[in-house]
Amino acid sequence: MSWTHSLTLVAPEELLSVTGLVLLLASAWSRGQRDARAITWLSVLALAIAAIIVVPALCGGLRGDAANAFDGLYSGDSFAAFAKLLVYAAAGASLLIAPVFFEKARSMRPEYPVLVLFAVAGMGMMVSATNLLTLYVGLELNSLAAYVLAAFLRNDQRSAEAGLKYFVLGALASGILLFGMSLTYGFAGTTSFAGIAAALTGDISTGALFGLVFMLAGLAFKISAAPFHMWTPDVYEGAPTPVTMFFASAPKVAALALTMRIAIVPFGAQTVAWQQIVIVVSLMSIIIGALGAIGQSNLKRLLAYSSINNVGFLLIGLAAATPAGVGAMLVYLAIYVAMTVGGFVALLMLKDVDGNQVEQIDQIAGLSRERKVLSLCFAMVMLSLAGIPPLFGFWGKFVVFQAAVAADLLPLAIIGIAASVIGAFYYLKVVKVMYFDEPAGVALGKSDWVHQALLLLAALIISPLGYLLTKWLSDLSSLAAGALFAGT
Amino acid sequence: MIGIGHYVTVSSILFVLGVLGIFLNRKNVIIILMAIELILLAVNINLVAFSSYLHDLTGQIFAMFVLTVAAGEAAVGLAILVIYFRDRGTIAVDDVHNLKG
Repeated sequence: MSWTHSLTLVAPEELLSVTGLVLLLASAWSRGQRDARAITWLSVLALAIAAIIVVPALCGGLRGDAANAFDGLYSGDSFAAFAKLLVYAAAGASLLIAPVFFEKARSMRPEYPVLVLFAVAGMGMMVSATNLLTLYVGLELNSLAAYVLAAFLRNDQRSAEAGLKYFVLGALASGILLFGMSLTYGFAGTTSFAGIAAALTGDISTGALFGLVFMLAGLAFKISAAPFHMWTPDVYEGAPTPVTMFFASAPKVAALALTMRIAIVPFGAQTVAWQQIVIVVSLMSIIIGALGAIGQSNLKRLLAYSSINNVGFLLIGLAAATPAGVGAMLVYLAIYVAMTVGGFVALLMLKDVDGNQVEQIDQIAGLSRERKVLSLCFAMVMLSLAGIPPLFGFWGKFVVFQAAVAADLLPLAIIGIAASVIGAFYYLKVVKVMYFDEPAGVALGKSDWVHQALLLLAALIISPLGYLLTKWLSDLSSLAAGALFAGT
Repeated sequence: MIGIGHYVTVSSILFVLGVLGIFLNRKNVIIILMAIELILLAVNINLVAFSSYLHDLTGQIFAMFVLTVAAGEAAVGLAILVIYFRDRGTIAVDDVHNLKG
């Protein structure tokens, strides 16, 4: 494989990292909020161009040797392209909503878009990695930028504490993942995914099994799946809201795509070994996510538990271990990104008359009488997260359960559906507070047009009109899933 | 004769010590940073030992990457710790509870 071919395949990461470096230099000389805004818009532009670059790989169903770059260190296949598009969309949204929020806190600095760009370049490497080394470098590039982002409001105690907690637990997760990778390397004799797949067939040694378990545990930390979810509510509550939205969407898509690739490609012959782990983790996430959210009074913590809950549903698709399951997971991920963006943008639009953020549930009581469109959109997001049928969130759950049933995992699907009823309780509670309680008259502040536009877009996708996308989404996701299974 | 098993045992012990250091330590956040370093060094012992055992250079290159990233990670961690200290005036682990949980 020629050098130029490899460089063409990694074009999105090159573009993002070079733009990130140039903008970092520019931000050293920038003055004031206007420059920070300009750098934000340039970063969004870079993400849009990167998205255009990956579209051909996705639609062309690029796979196998044609997608391999740098002697199998990196793969720009359509699976990676699908995940990258979602990551770019989520990162772009979290850049667009940021200036208004940070300017109110008087801490809009141009480093925010730069850090997001670096994190996104890292995520691109994660989803494209076909070697443990690429995986590790991509993961750390993403994580190091994310730790700083969590502590971005550096005069706010809660933000600093969120950064500290995220750093300690994130570093622990990387350590566990790395220990698993070192064991896998030792027992398989290679770090390339294809090599590991060839070495680990049939019955594997205890050492390799330990490697697999440690790697899955480290990844479960990164996707905040139970029982490794304990950092999520704290970090989501403490981090600035645009950053929380970023954490709940982009890195989660990247880490889930990485988990899929690791489970399917290098450990494809060991499905029996990891399937049980994934099933247990998925059920625990669904149940803990649903039960944990019930007592929450802070909307950000509620959305954190909701994301734990959704990761559980997503993992049901992986537990099926079939191309249909992976495809269903990708469809669900796309819908999940739209719901998360909608939920957090709505949260960001809840402000009191002085422009301070409103985060408590009792403060949005009776919101429907004061802010009709906002409360309608927020209610739609909540009902969609619960998976109530006319909304698009239902479709994501439906395809995942369908894949699980087709793979003979009927008990898992039944428990999952039963647990989603528990989850519906707290989503409906938010809707009830907004529509039927006496108005609290707190969240009366005006919203920015960017926020309104993004919220309307997200609401449009999760509305029943979203079903117009189903054919298109399922075609693309089956192309992507096919690329993942091409080598196995 | 010291074989591969001995190296893996040592690195596993160091790894467990590192993880325990994070969870059992109730005193100081700096100790947590040291525990994280210990975990990464345990991984490095593993990588170098396997590399020599397998006569394959990849493990040693990997160890170099881990060392580099560990330096970056420590820098970011200390920077966050400085911000935290400036706001709160303490870095005792028991005081990190503004966010419940």
